[in-house]
Amino acid sequence: MKLYQTAKLVRSKNAGPFTITFDIIFTDHGACHLVRAGGRLDAELFSRLYRVPRETVRVYWIEALHAVKVSIPRPSGSAGGPADADVYGCQWYAPLVELEVAPDP
Amino acid sequence: MVEIRALAATGMLGTGFRAASLAQGLRQRPCFIGCDAGSTDAGPYYLGSGRTKSSPDATRRDLRLMLEGARAYRIPLLIGSGGYGGARRHVAEVRELIVGLAAEAGLHFRLAVIESEMEPAKLREFLDQGRLRPLGPAGGPGHLDHTAIDRSTRMVAVMGAEPFQAALQSGADVVLAGRASDAAVYAAYPLRAGIPEGVAWHAAKILECGAASVEHRPYPDCMFAWLHEDSFTIEPPNESLRATPQSVLAHTLYENPDPFRLLEPGGCVDTSQAAYEAWGARGVMVRGSRFEHHDRYTVKVEAAARVGYRAFTFGGIADPLILRSLDAFLDGVTTTIAEKTEASLGLVMGRDFSLRYLRYGLDGVPGTAAGRAVEGGPPTAPREVGLVIDVIAGDREHALAIITVAYHTALHYQVPAWTGLTSNIAFPFSPPYFDGGEVFEFTSNCVAELTSPLELFPMELLDV
Repeated sequence: MKLYQTAKLVRSKNAGPFTITFDIIFTDHGACHLVRAGGRLDAELFSRLYRVPRETVRVYWIEALHAVKVSIPRPSGSAGGPADADVYGCQWYAPLVELEVAPDP
Repeated sequence: MVEIRALAATGMLGTGFRAASLAQGLRQRPCFIGCDAGSTDAGPYYLGSGRTKSSPDATRRDLRLMLEGARAYRIPLLIGSGGYGGARRHVAEVRELIVGLAAEAGLHFRLAVIESEMEPAKLREFLDQGRLRPLGPAGGPGHLDHTAIDRSTRMVAVMGAEPFQAALQSGADVVLAGRASDAAVYAAYPLRAGIPEGVAWHAAKILECGAASVEHRPYPDCMFAWLHEDSFTIEPPNESLRATPQSVLAHTLYENPDPFRLLEPGGCVDTSQAAYEAWGARGVMVRGSRFEHHDRYTVKVEAAARVGYRAFTFGGIADPLILRSLDAFLDGVTTTIAEKTEASLGLVMGRDFSLRYLRYGLDGVPGTAAGRAVEGGPPTAPREVGLVIDVIAGDREHALAIITVAYHTALHYQVPAWTGLTSNIAFPFSPPYFDGGEVFEFTSNCVAELTSPLELFPMELLDV
């Protein structure tokens, strides 16, 4: 199953000019557990995708909300700086949307 | 039992709210009205240039309704991060709007203006005294050393609740603050009234976004909160909007690096043990929010440095033979541009200017580029690519001169597949390039340790 099939919201945004934060809110607890158990959404994935050191990736699973938050240092340095191309940090999540995260039912 | 009622006009001054919602909120007898007016979210241009973001008309519209409401009900109005960047120039613009509106509407009140701009010398002092602590890795972006301070054109410290409290203490009816913690705007009054910190700060974090924590927000709008000793309740005044435990909890995630610990000057709001319960049909009651004091009182420092002047061009390429070997095409274009700018302008790529391509349809959006790097190219070639050529040079004259060379080079670059002169880019506009203005970047990802919460935030009182 692709991520978007298990989630009602996938987004990314600036958390200040030097951090990108991703929020994934799953459709329900079942979907959350399924994806968490699948093991694909982890620090390793974000480190590889966004080319940041693994130890700088912070992953927070939030049971009460059936959600996961991941925060990384902004790969392009300062928001809106000469190397940046997404001032609000809001489209960094795109490659996650169709990621296979769980076996098909 | 203490009850404090708070009304948030909207999440960002100038983005609007329904007048009817504010009116309803006011009928609920808030103790104060708050409004956040700034952020770093839209990038360093505003802090760097001193320009404000929202149009004066939009800002005036919001301000007028807030001022009239506050004066009619005789309650304070608190505005944080005035003018978006919160530095002196930004605050001055909003101050002028407020004074102008007061004159127009025949309103009289005591105005407190709290500045937050730091002089480079002051920031250097902090650095030398070891009172600047980096939030990111040492040597990484945002590491403030003397070189970075020298480069930075404008810097502010992000104030906490205390300067607002001092203003209220001095009898201010309207408080216009420079750069401030968004939540501090809303926490100040309740804290002063004896509401426990956990409740005050968590409620403030939700209020500062206006109606954004509701389930479905069709437009920016107001938010209302009742704060008590052991809980707070929020509910949007607009009856067509609905907050739910899920929507409020989900919104706590927004723009925060950590889902449960939210750093503020002086400490940390801990929402990990908070319980959210539906209250009526459209509200939410929250209990269990905590505040953890830190030994040192620290405030974030924001700074922007000028990087250069931008000119860019935007056009479409649809020829499949060019698109098939776009990398090689652009490499050739780059080489030719470098040769021509050096020969005719004496400007050296890399040293005197930077040039980059953004290839929309392929990998212009950073997220796409990230995905491609790991998963490989798109399954099929795009039918067209929107190409941006982005040049940053030392000044406007050079930027425009270089972009002219750049677009012209790309336009007629010899495509190996064809014989004869070609024109490769569909420019939608004339002129085919844009003056992109000054370019800035943020240079500070650090906090400053203060000896007192008011240390960097001088206040001026004036009777309007």
